[in-house]
Amino acid sequence: MSAAAATAAPTVPGRSLRHRLAERGIDRTLWLVVPATLFILALFVYPFLYGLQLSFTPQEGGGALANYREFFTDPYLRGMIWKTLRLGLPAAVLNVVVSVPIAYAMRGRFRGKRTITTLLVVPIALGTVLTAQGLLMYAGPTGWLNQVLMNLHLVDEPVALIHNYVGVFLSLVITGFPFAFLLTLSYISGIDPSLERAAATLGAGAWQRFSKVTLPLLMPGLTMTFILSFVLAFSVFPSAQLVGDPTGSTRVISIAAYEAAFQQFDYSMGSTIAMIMAAVMLVVIGLVLAWRSMFYRGATGGKG
Amino acid sequence: MSAVTAETRTGRAGGPERRRRPWWTAVLWVVVGFFFLNLVALVASVVVDSFGTKWFGTWLPEGFTFHWYTDAWSQFGLSSVLLVTIEVAITVIVLSVLIGVPASYALARRSFPGKRFLLVLFVLPILVPPITYGIPLATLLYKLHLAGTLSGVIVANLVPSVPFVILTMTPFIEQIDPKIEAAARMCGARTTSVFVRILAPLLVPGILAASILVLVRTVGMFELTFLTAGPTSTTLVVTLYNAVFAAGIRANQSVDAMATIYTGSMLVLLIVALRFVNPTQLVTRVGDND
Repeated sequence: MSAAAATAAPTVPGRSLRHRLAERGIDRTLWLVVPATLFILALFVYPFLYGLQLSFTPQEGGGALANYREFFTDPYLRGMIWKTLRLGLPAAVLNVVVSVPIAYAMRGRFRGKRTITTLLVVPIALGTVLTAQGLLMYAGPTGWLNQVLMNLHLVDEPVALIHNYVGVFLSLVITGFPFAFLLTLSYISGIDPSLERAAATLGAGAWQRFSKVTLPLLMPGLTMTFILSFVLAFSVFPSAQLVGDPTGSTRVISIAAYEAAFQQFDYSMGSTIAMIMAAVMLVVIGLVLAWRSMFYRGATGGKG
Repeated sequence: MSAVTAETRTGRAGGPERRRRPWWTAVLWVVVGFFFLNLVALVASVVVDSFGTKWFGTWLPEGFTFHWYTDAWSQFGLSSVLLVTIEVAITVIVLSVLIGVPASYALARRSFPGKRFLLVLFVLPILVPPITYGIPLATLLYKLHLAGTLSGVIVANLVPSVPFVILTMTPFIEQIDPKIEAAARMCGARTTSVFVRILAPLLVPGILAASILVLVRTVGMFELTFLTAGPTSTTLVVTLYNAVFAAGIRANQSVDAMATIYTGSMLVLLIVALRFVNPTQLVTRVGDND
């Protein structure tokens, strides 16, 4: 980009409009952005606005805000936001917090690095259904886990790990962790290692190097990782249905949105719940970004 | 760049970075190992069950068989499901590359008023959960009689794929030196030949990487396909989910067999992907390691 700015010649009065626009970076190359922009406008922005408008036109009438009123006055419906956050937030935090030390230990080169990375990333291939099936069998009352625990006399009766909060949480960790780890690793390997070496030369201990040098530089990346992990965990749908307790403690908001729209065919209510979901999501992202802005802001020191 | 070369020259020879493993890494690898042990056992229990005859409360099933696979294959019409999955994935890849790469070229090479706004616009579909825009999108597609068809599924899957291609390709194009193009022009190349003979060969590795990632994402994309697919346009993930959900009549083992098939194919895709894409360079493209 600096190159583009540098090639812009100093302004000479009396040039054509095309030249003056080109100096500000507007030239024929920009036509290349048009298809993608139109695409996003037509298939993302428009449906979103359509959904927003739909959510204000309830099927049963009762004014524009009837759906929202129904959602927020019914404690059962309102409670779903809390249920979803209670699952999504801890899962996202755990995935990110655990990724940091693992990714930190994997800086630099060592033998088998690629293998370990591959191993840690491979669970992405499992998919929610296999994870759910696996949890149902492995952690179920007669599964291997409970058999081992009972044979070791650690527990007297099978631990209930499925069809409840724990099951969904475990499945969120299994499917979310590889993703969080991959992002954290790529952010951490983007930090210039010579910065840490400089800190060591100046006498910083291992903990100081991590907390005073690496972590602040990693914060922007971690914020992004957290947000993306939270997006994944927040929209839990299959796992909440399969390993959870979809009518009770893990009735997450996406299940309700789906059921309203495609089982009760109340598209308006479905859209309302989807919009509330998006709003909650954006509030959380906003809070995270606000919190993050209290830390170091600046270049993350890529090596290039 | 000089920092990198300096590092490669001195890095190995044991500067301060000589690897003295601190105590906490041992703890860390034990924890990771425990996680993996459980994960392997979890996957194994599904795979074992998919080959087992009867399995109630014992360590291993009573006998082993292969017939759940043949059952699942015919019962769920997997050959046509796989065909649909491949069709959807390939179309999504081609279209998202065609739409996304030109945009990332412009974004990488020009700075123009409103660029930040455009970037936000392109990031948004990745930042909001698919189900939030999936529901209105599916409603709209039903109105247009596109939902339930193959094109509906493709359109829905394109929504997160195009931004994804843009986000991975923009940094990739930024690291291609614009002087190369300028040099080609100085030597008299026209726009088409600059594109065909200079840019395209340089872009191929990036496009390949982005396509493989889109492939993995599309094959694994549940929500959008689930919301828009009809009986003739379901992909493997959705068939799998429907099979579990409509369980009861169906044997658990054939669901397991299908889940094994799904995971097996995803695993192959992912390993192929990791051969082409260095996972640590997804976000920051730096000349880290070999």
